[in-house]
Amino acid sequence: MTEHSVPNPDDLNVILATDCGSTTTKAILIQKVDGHYRQTHRGEAPTTVEEPAADVTVGVQNAATEVGELSGRKLVDESGNIIRPAEGMTGCDAYISTSSAGGGLQMMVAGVVRNMSAASAKRAALGAGAIVMETIASNDKRRPHEQIQRIRELRPDMVLLAGGTDGGTVKHVVKLAELIAPARPQPRFGGAYKLPVIYAGNPDAADAVRETFAGENIELAVIPNVRPVLEHENLGPARDRIHDLFLEHVMAHAPGYPRLIDWADAPIMPTPGAVGNILQTIAERQNINAVGVDIGGATTDVFSVFNGEFNRTVSANLGMSYSISNVCAEAGMDNVLRWVHIDMNERELRNRVKNKMIRPTTIPQTKEALIFEQAVAREALRLAYQQHKEFATTLQGVQQQRTVGDTFSQSTGGETIVDNMILDLIVGSGGVLSHAPRMEQTVAMMIDAFEPEGITALAKDSIFMMPHLGVLASVHPQAALEVFEKDCLIYLGTCVAPRGHGKWEKPCFRYQIKGPQIQEEGQLNVGEMKLIPLGVDQTAEITLDPERGFDFGDGLGNPVKGTVRGGTVGVVLDARGRPLVISEDESMRRQQTDDWVSELNVYDTSF
Amino acid sequence: MAHAYTPGLRVSRCVRHRTRRMLPIPGDVLVSVGDRVHAKDVVARTFLPGDVIPFSLSNKLGVASTEVPHCMLKEQGDMIHKDELIARSPGIFGLFQKEALSPGEGTVETISQVTGQVILRGEPRPIEVLAYLSGEVVEVIPEQGVDIEADVAMVQGILGIGGEAFGVIDLACDSPDVTLTPDLIRDDMWGHIVIGGARMTGEAVQRAIDVGVAAVISGGMDDQDLKEILGKDLGVAITGSEEIGTSLVITEGFGDIAMAARTFELFQEFAGRESAVNGATQIRAGVMRPEILIPLHPDEVTTGEELSGEHGVLEPGVRVRMIRDPYFGLLGEVAELPPELTVLDSGSKARVLIVNVDDGRQITVPRANVELIEE
Repeated sequence: MTEHSVPNPDDLNVILATDCGSTTTKAILIQKVDGHYRQTHRGEAPTTVEEPAADVTVGVQNAATEVGELSGRKLVDESGNIIRPAEGMTGCDAYISTSSAGGGLQMMVAGVVRNMSAASAKRAALGAGAIVMETIASNDKRRPHEQIQRIRELRPDMVLLAGGTDGGTVKHVVKLAELIAPARPQPRFGGAYKLPVIYAGNPDAADAVRETFAGENIELAVIPNVRPVLEHENLGPARDRIHDLFLEHVMAHAPGYPRLIDWADAPIMPTPGAVGNILQTIAERQNINAVGVDIGGATTDVFSVFNGEFNRTVSANLGMSYSISNVCAEAGMDNVLRWVHIDMNERELRNRVKNKMIRPTTIPQTKEALIFEQAVAREALRLAYQQHKEFATTLQGVQQQRTVGDTFSQSTGGETIVDNMILDLIVGSGGVLSHAPRMEQTVAMMIDAFEPEGITALAKDSIFMMPHLGVLASVHPQAALEVFEKDCLIYLGTCVAPRGHGKWEKPCFRYQIKGPQIQEEGQLNVGEMKLIPLGVDQTAEITLDPERGFDFGDGLGNPVKGTVRGGTVGVVLDARGRPLVISEDESMRRQQTDDWVSELNVYDTSF
Repeated sequence: MAHAYTPGLRVSRCVRHRTRRMLPIPGDVLVSVGDRVHAKDVVARTFLPGDVIPFSLSNKLGVASTEVPHCMLKEQGDMIHKDELIARSPGIFGLFQKEALSPGEGTVETISQVTGQVILRGEPRPIEVLAYLSGEVVEVIPEQGVDIEADVAMVQGILGIGGEAFGVIDLACDSPDVTLTPDLIRDDMWGHIVIGGARMTGEAVQRAIDVGVAAVISGGMDDQDLKEILGKDLGVAITGSEEIGTSLVITEGFGDIAMAARTFELFQEFAGRESAVNGATQIRAGVMRPEILIPLHPDEVTTGEELSGEHGVLEPGVRVRMIRDPYFGLLGEVAELPPELTVLDSGSKARVLIVNVDDGRQITVPRANVELIEE
């Protein structure tokens, strides 16, 4: 692995950061302006890990050249190298990068019990930014030969094996190793590649695991247990080792990456790992519960921090280009089309979806194409969030303290910790959200997909800068936070929505909103939405008085007070109820979606 | 001048093509550098380790895991048959002994005294790799495979279904804008590579399967038809392992779209010639496109004439094809490349180009929505 000479933070005045995504390589320039770090320019170019270029650095050069042209600063020299250090209007002081190109990091994880050690191993792998291709567990209801067959079919970049608490089972852990060793998983990068296997289970079984893998084409790393006791996870060492191996093994085999690693002044991070870093930092600093989503071409990542606990999931086949067809297949065309308020021909749409899949870099030119893509985005986000809720749970297998009141509760742990009612902030990023022509569209997509409850602020990552800032935080945390506060987040507004259901068009809640720039009160009936303009950096106090069947977080029918934050869109009052139900009657549905679209001013009036 | 990078698909009249033929695991390479091989020759062979049969002997015999090795009547590496006696517990003073019979046939691979588990490995399965491309072996990767080179005419499609196929080129349509319908598939097309024109209908594909056509190549197809052929919706564009009875390649895209004229002319020129087709597609990391390769005779080899390349820049005068609605499939010539961002009908801002379409219209399209072609 190349040694990186991380520059002294005090010497950094010009920083070039890239994120090599599966479709696009995005470059940003961060400069010190009047003593503060600001993101000043941005450029992008198609990612070039595939033929004909088959060299990721070509895309990086192109994106950097575009930034250079826009900023008037020459960043790439004649031989295609990034110029360092900065002198006058030439070069930069540091170059950093994240990457999810080439399919990202693909892992297989294994643990003894599916909901315990295997779940911990999966959390560690996802937290590190990996795509988990398969989870093998002793109790996953497959017979051993079926599990072995599955392992043989996969081509993971690395394997994480966990199992047993410290001093716990040895036998079951070794049994897992005995499944993996004879299966001889073939890595993606061909025969010469030694498959890294990380063992993060009961340390008492380490020697036996080592013995089991002896003689196989495997590089074994033994690290501390991810689940040393049932009540506690220790995911840090596993995440760190995954990052190291990602650089040393996976990236080193991808086209052009050795050169990219050589260029970068800090270790290259998997994109989602970097986004997770920055979201955790914000949630911690502001003491809030937050959800972040990045919807890409191939995958959708969801990150959440609830009560300080961080979780990340990646939905490998939910995305807007490579995976668009899969979104339609998984959600069903009917579910996609329920968000559409104009006529569309399904047979025609199917061809369009496939054409987008095979030519993923095309963009919608017409309003009709945009409306359809945004409908697909809602479904991709909804499905990805659903998967996230199912994954982000309390630790299973932990003994619960019970009271008399819990007598009839069936809970044994494993409930989702994602609670939309206590969610304070949703941050959306990824092309379809960040580049939507109108911010009202981004708000509508986020509300429909996530169904926030209570009072929830909505923001978007202005130009999908979170990955860059995540890796920048590892070099210069202060610069990362400054840019995040000033340039990264664009507040769109706040969604106010009660949980519950009621009869259509009957009263849902009354509201009173008071602030320096606004004073308004009124009532919303079930099924209605209302947009109240409230500008960026403005706040207002809101009093909400729900009807009996509705809850704003303080119980059914109980009034609540809170603060709403303005933004480029404003405050959206949503009386459609939660969970959101859309009429199955076609004319009714059309009427509903049409009303919502026009109230929120989602598309211009000619459509 | 404003330039833009635009990926395209390869259509070559004559190109030196190299293909790598690799075993999934090490084995024997059967040919040497300099050998001439035919597409269907076996160039490498190996044996895939047999299926694994793990079973818990400690449970079966009712002994501790550590005792299992002592109970074994067979050793690691021994070949055993199904129901053969392989282990016996010591019992109590030689009484109440329990015996274990083999649950399958194979070789004893491991005997674990940690888990009490014995792993049997079944008979290895032979795997053969065909040359696929008729040509010359130019490199041997010991124990792994070979590189074969040949001068070929080559067409890359945009999406394929099914794996490798071989046969002679047989034109079913007489023009690239003719829809491939079942009546155009003749009974004598068995084992042939059938070339259609524009869209291949679902019925035509079904007829091709019934006749035993090796592969069908055409401009486009309807996704609804593909869904019916596959029996499921194709979610992710990673294909090659489908077994529908033939291989399919679409050269342009989904919908009713004509095959590019030069692609069709190339097939016309090589009608009746042996060719190799691979439908495997992977539109993601390490993009893989379906291909049709037609090996050339020595007297047909000319200096490389690339009809449509994957490199290129957009500049006024070059031919382009629109690859997204509302103009999907239209052909034209770049008139102008305005450098500034333009607001599209969707409301998005994008860099665009102005195209003089062959039907006389002048249209504005995002640069991302065109593909370079040469005709």
